[in-house]
Amino acid sequence: MTQRRPPRVVMPGPVEWLRDNLFSSPLNALLTVLALFLVYWIVVPFFQWAIVDAAWSGTTREACLARENGACWPFIIQRIDQFIYGFYDLAQRWRVDLTLAGLAAGLMWLTLPGLPAKRGVGAVMLTAFPVVAFVLLVGGVGLERVPTERWGGLIITLVVAVVGIVASLPLGILLALGRRSELPVVKGLSVAFIEFWRGVPLITVLFMAANMLPLFMGVSVNKLLAALIAVALFSSAYMAEVIRGGLQAIPKGQYEAAAAMGLGYWQSMIFIILPQALRLSLPNIVGNFIGLLKDTSLVSIIGFFDLLGIAQAGTADAAWATPNTALTGYAFVGAVYWAMCFSMSRYSKHLEGVLASGEKR
Amino acid sequence: MRLLFAALTAVLVAAAPAWAAGSPTLERVKKNGYLRCGVNEGLPGFASPDAKGNWTGMDVDFCRAVAAAIFNDPKKVRFTPTSAKVRFTVLQSGEVDLLSRNTTWTMSRDTQLGLEFVGVSYYDGQGFMVPKKLNVTSAKQLNGANVCTNTGTTTELNLADYFRANGLKYKVIAFEKNAEVLAAYDAGRCDAYTTDASGLYAERLKLRNASDHIILPEIISKEPLGPLVNQGDQQWGDLVRWTLFALMNAEELGVTQRNADQMLKSANPEVRRLLGVEGAFGESIGLTKDWVVRIVKGAGNYGEIFERNVGVNSPLKIKRGQNALWNKGGLHYAPPVR
Repeated sequence: MTQRRPPRVVMPGPVEWLRDNLFSSPLNALLTVLALFLVYWIVVPFFQWAIVDAAWSGTTREACLARENGACWPFIIQRIDQFIYGFYDLAQRWRVDLTLAGLAAGLMWLTLPGLPAKRGVGAVMLTAFPVVAFVLLVGGVGLERVPTERWGGLIITLVVAVVGIVASLPLGILLALGRRSELPVVKGLSVAFIEFWRGVPLITVLFMAANMLPLFMGVSVNKLLAALIAVALFSSAYMAEVIRGGLQAIPKGQYEAAAAMGLGYWQSMIFIILPQALRLSLPNIVGNFIGLLKDTSLVSIIGFFDLLGIAQAGTADAAWATPNTALTGYAFVGAVYWAMCFSMSRYSKHLEGVLASGEKR
Repeated sequence: MRLLFAALTAVLVAAAPAWAAGSPTLERVKKNGYLRCGVNEGLPGFASPDAKGNWTGMDVDFCRAVAAAIFNDPKKVRFTPTSAKVRFTVLQSGEVDLLSRNTTWTMSRDTQLGLEFVGVSYYDGQGFMVPKKLNVTSAKQLNGANVCTNTGTTTELNLADYFRANGLKYKVIAFEKNAEVLAAYDAGRCDAYTTDASGLYAERLKLRNASDHIILPEIISKEPLGPLVNQGDQQWGDLVRWTLFALMNAEELGVTQRNADQMLKSANPEVRRLLGVEGAFGESIGLTKDWVVRIVKGAGNYGEIFERNVGVNSPLKIKRGQNALWNKGGLHYAPPVR
């Protein structure tokens, strides 16, 4: 018997690699050249502007005026606190730090593979953590109250996004199940709810909640609370449709098999249908989350300065007005948004791989 | 039922003194412990957060002056940034007590919105910016010029009127966004840039060489900017209006943030009335008689507020021009405290 040998691995040379991957056909060659041209045309000048020609040190606008063809990073460096905390009281910012640290630790525990007690940590993050975070950020229980008008920057963006994400998933699941329910009242109400929220733009909802309700009804709600409720309801309608798509993809046999096993409605949903449907919908669910994160910048319409709003307000400071201030602010905010969205996207891809392991065998 | 009635009566009786005292808005402000002021989301020199997160600007300082008059503490203000679209709604809904947001006083706004302009805090108007190298000193020399501006705004109409009235030829190069107009001007595509003068000074800071450009003296449109309050609370309107007048009267009489205490010993009867040494004029608007001392010590007089935020020693470098007092060649004329 001859010994089994592994297949021969041919290491392609650089020329072969180029021919195989970039110039395999005339069309591909053309696309490659075009892409290289675009890189040269966009990436190189951006790099030049953002890094090489940029002002990096200094504490006034003069430092940036001296480097008129480059980014004005001192503007960001001087205001980094504002980008994170908004106008949150200086002496109380440790509370924000603690909340963000808790959130980061919890998320890392839940997302990094191989850590024990994920279920317990998850339960804590969903029940105890929101309460602690609320008390830390808002105040009470011996802590000084920080009015939500003083919040801003990254905390506003994160609070709106996290609340929207955490609230929209369970609400969306219930609405999706409701829409497929055979009970006419449940079905009707779910359809009405979903179509109502999908039919109005988020900006209108925020404006109604924060400005028009007090005008019509004479009641004054906390504007941030109004925005949070509006965002949660709004995104849950979209989430419901995403999950409904997943539910529809489950073969009828699965429902019948669950019923044949003697499982009731909730049992079959929780143990058989939803795990499969959610896995199928995962790319779209995360897509929704990413959209929601970016939509949070709409809270500027009701007078909150989120990450983007802080950048825009900062460019109006005459003490920092330069040809590059606004561009630098937008570039920085864009980079932060991109980092957040990209990490969500990567985690979703990782999760898809883990969940699909059942199909690999 | 009887219990409910008794409770309602108790509430009404408890609420009654608030009406009797004169200004429900002032009562509410005092009860809150702070003034709620609507300002711009970010306009250089008028309202913007500085690097430390403090709101600064002329409109902001006016809010602080009102807060100082009421609480003797200019910091007791909560600022609500408002966009141009929502500013009136925010005031109408009672979400702010006062709107101090570079808003042009026009007849329709004053009469149709249920709001009341209390005065003019800044005389703005459309002007022209030109490069120094053109050697132009007056807008009348702009015959045949290419003028950059925003599309579809009143600026374009004012421009047409002005050039036609003066028999000058011109060509408009219009863009959708401010940044585009500025970029075109900076690239030398046009000889002049026109928009409201305060905006010209702010945009000038974003040019590559701000000092190579001047703003011409001609102002070709009327844009009187002023604070607003809701109609229906006369005393609150009076309080805000007379805070504005007090700032100007203090400048006229030489009362400054630094010398306010010494001025209490002044022999000038006008100063003595203004600062409450004689008479008790502040009490007629629900304040104490030293209300102007509080305002000036808290926020400065009108001239100090102007110079601090937009004046020639600030980055914006705006000259007083129309915003000087009436006896210095400007338009600000405050009725006397008497």
